[in-house]
Amino acid sequence: MRGARSAKWVVSAIVVAMAATACGSDSDDNGGGGGSGDVNADGIVRIDGGEPQNPLIPTNTNEQYGALVIQNVWSKLLDFDDNGEIFMVAAESVEPNEDNSVWTVTLKDGWTFHDGTPVTAQSYVDAWNWAANIQNEQNNSFWFADIVGYEDVHPEEGDPTADTMSGLQVVDDTTFTIELSNPVSYYDYKLGYDAFTPLPESFYDDPEAFGEHPIGNGPYQFESWTNNQSIELTRYDDYAGEDAAQNGGIEIIAYTGLDAAYQDLLSGNLDVIRQVDPRDLPVYQDDLGDRAIAQPYNGIQTIVPVWYNWEDTDPRVLQGVSMAIDRETITTTVLNGSRTPADSFVAPGVYGYQEGASGGITDYDPERARELVEEGGGIPNNEITIQYNADGGHQEWVEAVCGNLIENLGVECVGDAKPDFATDLEAREADEVVSMYRGGWFQDYPLIVNFTKELYASYAQSNYGRFNSPEVDELFAQGDAAATLDETVAAYQEAERVLWEEMPAIPLWYQNVNGGYSENVDNVRFNSAGQPVLTEITVNN
Amino acid sequence: MGRYVVRRLLQMIPVFIGSTFIIFMMMYALPGDPVRALWGERAPDEAQMAAMRESLGLDDPILVQYWNYLTGLLQGDFGTQIASRREVIEVISDALPATLRLTALAFLITVVVGVGMGLVAGLRAGRFSDRGILFVTLLLISVPVFVLGQIFQTYLGVRWGWVTPTVQDSENWGQLFLPAIVLASLSFAYVARLTRTSIVENRRADYMRTAKAKGLTQRRAVGVHLLRNSMIPVVTFLGVDLGNLMAGAIVTEGIFNIHGIGGAVYRALNSREGSTVVGIVSFIILVYLVVTLLVDLLYAVLDPRIRYA
Repeated sequence: MRGARSAKWVVSAIVVAMAATACGSDSDDNGGGGGSGDVNADGIVRIDGGEPQNPLIPTNTNEQYGALVIQNVWSKLLDFDDNGEIFMVAAESVEPNEDNSVWTVTLKDGWTFHDGTPVTAQSYVDAWNWAANIQNEQNNSFWFADIVGYEDVHPEEGDPTADTMSGLQVVDDTTFTIELSNPVSYYDYKLGYDAFTPLPESFYDDPEAFGEHPIGNGPYQFESWTNNQSIELTRYDDYAGEDAAQNGGIEIIAYTGLDAAYQDLLSGNLDVIRQVDPRDLPVYQDDLGDRAIAQPYNGIQTIVPVWYNWEDTDPRVLQGVSMAIDRETITTTVLNGSRTPADSFVAPGVYGYQEGASGGITDYDPERARELVEEGGGIPNNEITIQYNADGGHQEWVEAVCGNLIENLGVECVGDAKPDFATDLEAREADEVVSMYRGGWFQDYPLIVNFTKELYASYAQSNYGRFNSPEVDELFAQGDAAATLDETVAAYQEAERVLWEEMPAIPLWYQNVNGGYSENVDNVRFNSAGQPVLTEITVNN
Repeated sequence: MGRYVVRRLLQMIPVFIGSTFIIFMMMYALPGDPVRALWGERAPDEAQMAAMRESLGLDDPILVQYWNYLTGLLQGDFGTQIASRREVIEVISDALPATLRLTALAFLITVVVGVGMGLVAGLRAGRFSDRGILFVTLLLISVPVFVLGQIFQTYLGVRWGWVTPTVQDSENWGQLFLPAIVLASLSFAYVARLTRTSIVENRRADYMRTAKAKGLTQRRAVGVHLLRNSMIPVVTFLGVDLGNLMAGAIVTEGIFNIHGIGGAVYRALNSREGSTVVGIVSFIILVYLVVTLLVDLLYAVLDPRIRYA
């Protein structure tokens, strides 16, 4: 009996404790002003993120969590609008010479790093020389491969023979030139990548410490980093650029899962969520109302036939396979609107994208699909497998696509799940894919070149399907040799037309941003790279 | 007793070396290359990759790599992460406090609530409160942790706003309370069942009759004799469970956004960070070894008939 009584006490202790913790957190619930309130210019925006995987150096970061920090602590030379057109940020101008072999970058005056030192042409040139050096082990060193003298600092084998690339020359404090070993008309597009940013003098004293506390030239300065918990950025008041922050700073909160972030957004403990968990997709637009954001960004998903197993197949068969897939239904049902059906090899926010480039090959037409497959001589072995990584949430749509193919073409189709992305990639690199694999591509720079040549040129390193078409290669070469950007784009658009005839891959859909924001903030916008424009966000009082 | 403890401690050495070796080999056998993974979908830069492998010592033969790792370990060097270039010991010590706090709280709940419920049910076997506890424990055992966690999170956190839906600050015991209850729920249900069975069985034992016959109060008979003798299976379970709570908290950690050991080892596994995985798993092995030793020693305390020579 005493036992029973003490058990009751234990239970009531739990209830009391739970009530006590509840009191502590109750107060932040009524924070939002609903958009009409005053703006708090020093308000902090809380956004979801995670632990950066690499030291925070622009030339070493190529994953999303680190990039979120880098892109706000640094300002690039130039950036892109929603149509993939260039506008200047830190640069006054970026101009090629007549044959596009030498590019002159003129910087805007009056820019400073967050430690107060001026940003000069030398800060850029030194940073790029350092990053290109193979001994400094930067993940993004290959971005400098176009510059004359790259092989001296980054040889295929052995130690570097020079400290600097001869192609980079400082003219004066605000001007430097870049000489290219292979001239292209669109080199300015490449300069819009995060790697082409400057580093302050203090970096070279201790790169390791810098990676934990970066100093950039961007709208926000780095404040602190609590591992696995949060990263804080504050507005840089001496920022010289036009996109100065409209809020006091950013707190990037690390989450172990997207769902936890969503629950925090709903309860007002988070302001901006960049991607909603697939589990919450069916309800998030109801939950958030007009604070939900859904729009495509420059990423595409494809299924890619491996040509070492499809070599004698007529491309019409693949056109047929493409037309047997009901993209509209799959994106709205299975994928809950997290994708937009594709009609081109190129994403819509990319310069050079043409609406309806597929010429109907991405339309759903089971009858025509069957005809095309029959005319082409049928699918090899009447069997398709789609290789994917099981840790990326792809299983549902792979099954849906297979369902379409089985029903409309009467072939065998199964998913071939690899446990994770590393295993998936290893099979692709070793030419061990059975039939098709899931391909995903996100822009490096929003130009048609990046979505075609990097994937389907016979010499492209990411061409794991081993597609090889001399005609396409020739058109790519023509485009690269063209004198102006417009001629380049025209040649690449012609190449895309040929791609639709030869079908190196079957484009499925574009990736969507499925994000949202809380009542605490307004003016939340995502760019065509799928990232929120943090500087524009205002915090309500 | 002393010699027994020393012998057990010495036995840990080969177990520890053997298990680190097996994990090290398993990591090596996994497909996928951590250096290659730095480039993601993009084609890697071969020359840069080779340079990185060389500086990280990844191009040595596997046995040499293991030897380097082991000798480093003996000097307190757990190695360096490949992508972040952080010391593994730093990664572990970042994740460990949150896990330790959560485990401690969950363990406390398991012991107090589990043994408490088991005691009540055992003493009142067949009565209403016994049935009630049977029902509750059955429910907890059959509902998966992630369902329970998300129900609690949605209702207590989002709908009613009693608690923050996720842990904002892992040093705040109040915020850890809800995840700890969720984490402990399965364990305390088991403990309650074990305790109950044990109590019911021992209640009719000769020593209990003797205790009553010599006039001991109910409180003393139950508290000193019955409970103590009934604790042996429970302590065995608790010992194993402590390790489970620590390493197996990954689901709960994920739901409530706690950055603990479980998540760290999962991420390291996915990016093939061998030294991190081996480091964390070795630590967990150490915990298991020490706890099983403690449990074995506790047997002798609980039941004086058990002697270790």
